[in-house]
Amino acid sequence: MPKTLFDKIWEKHVVKEVPDGPSVLYIDKHFIHEVTSPQAFKGIENRGLKVFRPQQVVATADHNVPTIQQHLPIKDELSRKQVQQLVENCRQHNIELYGLGHPFQGIVHVIGPELGITQPGITIVCGDSHTSTHGAFGSIAFGIGTSEVEMVFASQCLLQKKPKQMRITVNGQLNKGVVSKDLILYVIAHISASGATGHFVEYAGNAIQSLSMEARMTICNMSIEMGAKGGMIAPDEITFEYLKGRLFAPANQQWDKKIFQWKKLFTDEDAVFDKELVINASEIEPMITYGTNPGLGITVSSQVPVAESIPDENERRNIVKALEYMGLEQGKQLLGMPVQHIFIGSCTNSRIEDLRMVASVIKGRRKSEHVKVMIVPGSQQVAAQVKAEGLDRIFEEAGFAIRQPGCSACLGMNEDKIPAGEYCISTSNRNFEGRQGPGARTLLASPLTAAASAITGVVTDIRQFLS
Amino acid sequence: MIIMKAFTILHSRFVPLPIENVDTDQIVPARFLKATTRDGFGKHLFCDWRFDAAGNTKQDFVLNNHSYEGQILVAGKNFGCGSSREHAAWALADYGFRAVVSSFFADIFRSNALNNGILPVQVNDEFLDKIFQCSVSSTLTINLEEQSICNNESGEVANFYIDPYKKSCMLNGYDDIDYLLSLREEIAQFEQNAIERRMEEVHN
Repeated sequence: MPKTLFDKIWEKHVVKEVPDGPSVLYIDKHFIHEVTSPQAFKGIENRGLKVFRPQQVVATADHNVPTIQQHLPIKDELSRKQVQQLVENCRQHNIELYGLGHPFQGIVHVIGPELGITQPGITIVCGDSHTSTHGAFGSIAFGIGTSEVEMVFASQCLLQKKPKQMRITVNGQLNKGVVSKDLILYVIAHISASGATGHFVEYAGNAIQSLSMEARMTICNMSIEMGAKGGMIAPDEITFEYLKGRLFAPANQQWDKKIFQWKKLFTDEDAVFDKELVINASEIEPMITYGTNPGLGITVSSQVPVAESIPDENERRNIVKALEYMGLEQGKQLLGMPVQHIFIGSCTNSRIEDLRMVASVIKGRRKSEHVKVMIVPGSQQVAAQVKAEGLDRIFEEAGFAIRQPGCSACLGMNEDKIPAGEYCISTSNRNFEGRQGPGARTLLASPLTAAASAITGVVTDIRQFLS
Repeated sequence: MIIMKAFTILHSRFVPLPIENVDTDQIVPARFLKATTRDGFGKHLFCDWRFDAAGNTKQDFVLNNHSYEGQILVAGKNFGCGSSREHAAWALADYGFRAVVSSFFADIFRSNALNNGILPVQVNDEFLDKIFQCSVSSTLTINLEEQSICNNESGEVANFYIDPYKKSCMLNGYDDIDYLLSLREEIAQFEQNAIERRMEEVHN
């Protein structure tokens, strides 16, 4: 029987099936961070247990860390305690920690791939919904809750029902000024914030195959924003090229063996999906969100919807509520609207290619006086690369504040927040009410759009910069 | 080990929240995720909808309207989307909710709820709308054994789905960990077999 990529990996990881119930799914790699792990450690300790397979767990501190003066003790007491708790728990349970001060520290979904820990054909979980990022390598990767973190600590397994499967095929060539962030925002706007719930998504088609690994990660990262359990892309030469030589990637003879296995990881020709969506890449324009979920996105030059024109009453109510929070008028164009903040960072868009993209737009230019710009590399290694390539000088000359690695203003948990009522064009993944701080108004967009808007101080169509 | 309260039949008034796509950042904003225990999250439930920036109560939010009460929250579709934070389930449980009724749940929230003794009850849009139209003091009855929910005002009954394994966990108050721990030997054997299988694959 023809199988999907997902089927092939899933089947190899089922320890057993519970009669009338879920599968016992084996987990190869478990990433943890300071926010969703302490209660899970406490849980196994209360049962008198140690972590079952500590060598398969990797930890970092990212959500709660400051992005300036990381060498000093964290000022906020609760944040400091939580980060210290992670250090203590990792020591107790013999888990590798890339904590503050470590040259590998960074956002968990940035460091896994860059260290070569994330590999094709494996199962990966983390107490974080953006774990879907790792699916870009052709792995089954998904976010879990803290009780499930505890289950993996206890047994290296999870009880999981096999999800339905969906394929999103994107063919053709992306237009100038359109990048993978626009592609995924377009897909989510198309199928809504719940359009893939209950499904595991495979992205396919020649437009996807032509993307770099970092661009693929941006797409898989936002799978959760349409409700998907995860997103994945079949590994290919681009994947292998990215992995080759990375610290924890297989080497020498081991490498050849792995390549042999990884080349079998693709969806068979006649495999059947529960849902299919086919998109022509040339339809996609630079995207921006106007509402309070990632499904409320439009092309950067079009108008915010008029509620009256929406037939469904619930949807109409949602849009009115979202626009009220966002302080936006129905039917108005976002283009040219002043913004106060630009945030470039997060597990969606903080990798070196993202930052190179930003640098290419702003080189020799200066930011608008009216905006504050935060640029936050996703990891210490990305930060070091920024320096090595001299991008830091470009950012400084443009008046951008380069900060130290962490989740930063993506989630309003650490010190980096957007003040109430102010607008922020953000390269992150969520525009929920209060996501970037109470009352903050988030417009999600690509690093190109964010960079161009930083220069003008208003919502800008990157294509004007390119011509 | 029994760690959750068993769920059998819940007869209760309910709190209506006719908003779609309620994300977990609304249920518990990220700034409250700094705790290292599971306790006390009820006070942060829907914090930014319940209170303004100065900490004053927002009278128009349903949790501040004391004519509504009960152990059941009834919400619009796609409840619990976004972040995987289990703190959302802890906050609902700590506040006193034992069930959430909606026409659609986000996957991670559904698991988190079940792992904390909160029953997610998925009904169709029509049934949900009828609940929203009920009078303030009306009640719902959720029977887990029968997998049914009754709108006691209209008398209508709907069935809901729950995985048989999870159903038995909820009815008995069991969690997954004891079961997984009982499999540790089988899991170790699986690991050994997987290594051998990979070797074979390469040699064949």
